[in-house]
This record gives sequence, C-alpha cells and structure tokens, in this order.
Amino acid sequence: MDTLKIGPYEFRSRLLLGTGKFADLDTQGKAVEVSEAEILTFAIRRLNLENPQEPNFLEQLDLKKFTLLPNTAGAYTAEEAVRIARLAKASGLCDMIKVEVIGDPKTLLPDPIGTLEASKILVEEGFIVLTYTNDDPILARRLQEVGVHAVMPGASPIGSGQGIVNENNLRFIIEEAKVPIIVDAGIGAPADCAKAMELGADGVLLNTAVALADNPVLMAEAMKLGVEAGRKGFLAGRIAKKRYASASSPTEGMIE
Amino acid sequence: MVVQLNGKKVELAAEIGTLRELLISYQLQEKIVVVEQNGDIIDRSQYETTPVADGDRIEIVHFVGGG
Repeated sequence: MDTLKIGPYEFRSRLLLGTGKFADLDTQGKAVEVSEAEILTFAIRRLNLENPQEPNFLEQLDLKKFTLLPNTAGAYTAEEAVRIARLAKASGLCDMIKVEVIGDPKTLLPDPIGTLEASKILVEEGFIVLTYTNDDPILARRLQEVGVHAVMPGASPIGSGQGIVNENNLRFIIEEAKVPIIVDAGIGAPADCAKAMELGADGVLLNTAVALADNPVLMAEAMKLGVEAGRKGFLAGRIAKKRYASASSPTEGMIE
Repeated sequence: MVVQLNGKKVELAAEIGTLRELLISYQLQEKIVVVEQNGDIIDRSQYETTPVADGDRIEIVHFVGGG
C-alpha cells in the first residue's frame, strides 16, 4: 500500500489540512471529513477568558481519527517557535510540530535562519519536526542534516493561491530528499495539488484554498482528488515531452 | 491577589490558591488547555498542588484553527 511515512507515523492520505479561516464549525467539519485528511494543523493561542466556553473545533473532533499538527505560527524568532512548540506538546495530544518562523509580515516568508535554529532545537528535544520553509534546495538540505522528519517548502506565499511559482526549485528539493517533502502554502486550486504530486512531492498541506472557496466542502473533495490524481500520475511515470507529433493510430493498413 | 493572566491584570477571588482552582473559576478544568506560569509550563498533574502567587504571569493557551 502507498503510504506517507513521517517519523514513526504512517498515513494513507497525502493531503494535510489546515483548520483556519473557516466560516463556521459545521462547514469545517464536513470539509475535513470529505478531504479524508488524517493530519490537521492548528495554532496555539491564548484562550479568550472573556468567553472561555466559546465552541472550539478541536473539541468536536474524534481525536482517535486524526493526528494533530500544531504550528508555531506567530513566531518571528526561534525562541518564540520553541516556546509555542513546548506548549503544544504539553497538551499531551501530539508530539508533531510544524515549525514556522516568519521573517516578514507582508510576504509571510519564512526566516531561514530562525527556521533552521528552531528545527534543530526541537529535533533534539524529541519532537517529530515538519518544517515550513522557503523553496530553497540548500536550506532543505540543511534542515535534513539537523534531522527534521519532513521538509515543507512553500509553493508561493501563504494564502496567496498562486500555486507553484518555482517548479525548478521544488524539483531540486524533491530529487535529493531523504525525508518526505510536503508542499505547504500557496496552493490555489486542485491542479496545483496534482502538479506538486506529479513532481514527486510526498504530500500537500493547504488551508485557505479550501476554507475560503465558495463551496469549501466541494473544494475539499476536489483537493483530495487532485492529490490522488497527481500521486498516481507520478507513480505511473509520465511520457517525455516531444517537440513534434507522434500518431496514436497505426500508419500501416491505410485504406487506399 | 493580582496576577497577569493572558496579558491582562486580573484580581483573583480570595478562594483561588492553586492553578486548579484558577481553572475551575473559568470552568476550564475539563478543557484541553496548557498553562504556563512565569515562563514555565506546568504539567497537568501538578495543577492541584501548584500555588498561584501575587504578581504571577500566567498564560492559559489552547488549540485554535490555523494553517
């Protein structure tokens, strides 16, 4: 069976889903269900003590069915990311962490140095580390050298829906990868998922493209199918591109 | 006693002496939350025996939607 292995864990689904920006919890629940995602990302934030009983998506989930992937979103330094990661792990719900150290509020592009530092510390502390990073092949290599369990290069800026802007870099990263490569951020449409998987990515992580679609539930299904189509296409081995035509029908036995 | 709770100064009721009692005052004792006191994460099993002191910086955090 074709499974996605991250550290000690194994998954059937190659689509990882974020849980932010959904209009309501009911839509979100349905979108998660049809996506068949097994890994869900979350952020760690202060509880609103003015309304401590506010409904919360996590509480509605059957936690036996999902693996939680808390992120360190909001961190601008390695120290902040490590603090958030430790808080997440102290919940007792998970030991996976999506390391995310942002370097700039406008582009939300990762700070490569803080990202590497935080990843190294969290690997040493025993976390299963999935690092969100630039689509930089050298940084991807350095992250693997410090022992991360998956590298998650952005396709394009978070929430931008631009799809894969540097296919070439993504290929370089995938070609020399020793851990799963999960394309994270910037996905806009199912075709982007299929493309990432056709290039040989091991998975896709997305959020906004589903949460803010006109019909998030239908889009969740479409993204699932995009990932599956791309994965099968990759495994099947596509034909090489040629400049000129090659007839599909026999050239022998023409009726004269 | 006054503590800095999730970034705000809060006057605690006289009967609150431990982290567990603080959580109960917000009906959070059964919720999935993590507590940090003066920069240290407090293990859930220690809530009952961990005293809250005047001037403590306490963070109560939880999982919210995010990508």
